[in-house]
Amino acid sequence: MTPPPARKRGRFKIFLGYAAGVGKTYQMLDEGQVLHRKGVDVVVGYFEPHGRKDTISRTEGLEVVPRRKLEYRGTIFEDLDTDAIVRRQPEVCLVDELAHTNVPGSERVKRWQDVHVLLDAGISVLTSLNIQHLESLNDLIWQMTGVRVRETIPDWVVDQADEIVVVDVTPRALRHRLERGVIYSREKADKALENFFTEQNLSALREIAMRHAAHEIEEKLSAEESAPADGALPPAPGDASRRKECILICVDERPVTIVLIRRGRRVADYLRAECLAVYVSPDASLARLSPEDREAVERHLGFARNLRIHTEVVPGDDVAAGIVQFARDHGVTQIFMGRSVSRNWKERLQGSRLQRVVRLARDTEITIVAERRRGRSGSMGSA
Amino acid sequence: MPDQRPTPEEILRRVEAEEQQAGRGRLKIFLGYASRVGKSFRMLDEGRRRKQRGQDVVVGLIQSNVGAEVQCLLDTLEVIPGLQGRSGEKEWLVLDVVAILKRHPHVCLVDELAQDNPPGSRNPQRWQDVKELLDSGITVVTAINVQHIAELQDAIEKITGKRAKQAVPQAFIRSADEIVIVDAPPEDLQLREPVSAGDTRRLSELRELALLLAAEVVDEQLHNCLQLQGVELFLGSQERILVCITPRSNAKRMLESGRRNADRFHCGFLAVYVRQAALDPADAQLLEKHLGLARELGAEVHVLEAADSAQAILDFARAQAVTQLFVGHSLGNRWREVLFGNPLDRMIRAADTMDVRIFPHPSSS
Repeated sequence: MTPPPARKRGRFKIFLGYAAGVGKTYQMLDEGQVLHRKGVDVVVGYFEPHGRKDTISRTEGLEVVPRRKLEYRGTIFEDLDTDAIVRRQPEVCLVDELAHTNVPGSERVKRWQDVHVLLDAGISVLTSLNIQHLESLNDLIWQMTGVRVRETIPDWVVDQADEIVVVDVTPRALRHRLERGVIYSREKADKALENFFTEQNLSALREIAMRHAAHEIEEKLSAEESAPADGALPPAPGDASRRKECILICVDERPVTIVLIRRGRRVADYLRAECLAVYVSPDASLARLSPEDREAVERHLGFARNLRIHTEVVPGDDVAAGIVQFARDHGVTQIFMGRSVSRNWKERLQGSRLQRVVRLARDTEITIVAERRRGRSGSMGSA
Repeated sequence: MPDQRPTPEEILRRVEAEEQQAGRGRLKIFLGYASRVGKSFRMLDEGRRRKQRGQDVVVGLIQSNVGAEVQCLLDTLEVIPGLQGRSGEKEWLVLDVVAILKRHPHVCLVDELAQDNPPGSRNPQRWQDVKELLDSGITVVTAINVQHIAELQDAIEKITGKRAKQAVPQAFIRSADEIVIVDAPPEDLQLREPVSAGDTRRLSELRELALLLAAEVVDEQLHNCLQLQGVELFLGSQERILVCITPRSNAKRMLESGRRNADRFHCGFLAVYVRQAALDPADAQLLEKHLGLARELGAEVHVLEAADSAQAILDFARAQAVTQLFVGHSLGNRWREVLFGNPLDRMIRAADTMDVRIFPHPSSS
């Protein structure tokens, strides 16, 4: 007996903006309307009206799947009803705000996971996303804008989109929209104009969004190009221009590890490099660590895996030697490290971990990742 | 922070005042990568909205064969007809600069920025007509495809095999007060004929080019905006790579890596050398070779004069908003000396706002 044919995965399309109010939802609904007129079976799974009349009017004539109500700590929250949509089986479903975090107690933690369920069920999804939610940009965006974005989405989720459309307006037009009260209520708008929506923040985010979209296009073109690699010769050894890059991130318990992981992931994506993360301990386990340190290292390794970085805990009495050995065994071309300070007498005598890695790793490049700092801090949550 | 939120009328007055104060009209460009991506629609839609808000808007020029949606918008706006004519086989349409200057609207919409005017016209090219309108204080909203940027013709030819006959200098695009990318995946274009996979690929490449050009214009505006406000440069909206060259560094590896990385990030690529006193002839020759290679690979090469080379490089890197600094190190037996209290060590410590990538020395590899 042959198994039933697997349903073709739905197409995944993201409307990418650089801030709230650029018109992502509007354009997504507009496309929904066009498809509807062409006779495609379209439903609205979730959209965030934000009280914007223009946007709300764009849902007219489209079927809306009722949201699911969930109680959490005495408050009723409404969210995407993934099961109902899967039962309804439309061809296309519109789901606003891909980076949204679900209410605790939902089956899935993040909305993008719900979107994956829909795609797996053969439903095509149109969705919206602001660039600041991309995980690998989190530190950079904080440094530039003072806003620490809480709701993030792993870069690979966005990489998987079949199509990304940039929704663009000028910062000037966006600020005018804010002033006219189109985007937020008056109080919130004033605050937004002062903080997040300054012209320089918006310009910087906009530039990053454009560059990211260009990068995604390039990656798709490159993937198409390299797809039929049958019979291709492996790169000649020592030919640096053809050798595949491999980045190794050194994990430890310090908070700076998160910055290291994000940056390593981002650089690896741009260089089309493999990306690994490693923690070194004498017995190749976290057992000897204090509970706090163990929790931190586990969290960091989990964070890396969430970004599709292969992680390992490897044995080594000496951290520097362990890192370098691992790098040699795995063809690592670049080791990513933080700026370490000598913490004890042994390190002071032998040199810091960084200095020792530099000394031992004779043919490997070592990248010491920039610190992310800011003088002032903004006051708005994710916009 | 203002006590009261300005009314739309106040905002409008402020905008118009700003524009007139400068004496020059504002230039706003809708940038696309293919016909039918929706530039004309966006341009006219902006005209419609500006008119609704009370601005005096006219259409200076629109291509003749427009779709129903565009025609609908066009009907709501005042049109100053272009000058039409025919020379031999070719029909031409030219902006009626005299009529527009006489009418002197606040905003003029001009489609298809890249057009040559027929011989004997007021200006050889349409963008020069637009410049005249701007100079007289008229704000111009216009549309162009990336294929029609003069400086990008080599890149365009690589993609499409063709060079545009009519093109606008990039400097004029960069002088725009505002640029908007009109984006859509190739699959969404309302093309009349089905396109092949090759066409889709070419369209994607053009689309990437348009996005990168727009990003560069935005980057320039960002830096102007920061400068205007006296805000310290902040890093990272665009990567910039700086390779530090010394006679005995593994310059070839560093520069080639820098080139590859700059290509991947589509970013600036610089090389710097701090002049050392009394180089022996062998080192001087090596250095010349390195600097030659840097230029060959397209790096922007800078030679600095300074007593403290580490400090000079850092100051330079900060001023240039560098995000990735490539340095070499030599190991040998003197690693202690190399790593403690030497220029490289100090540099690593001090360069905390950028990634520092350390390359092995040739003799150690």
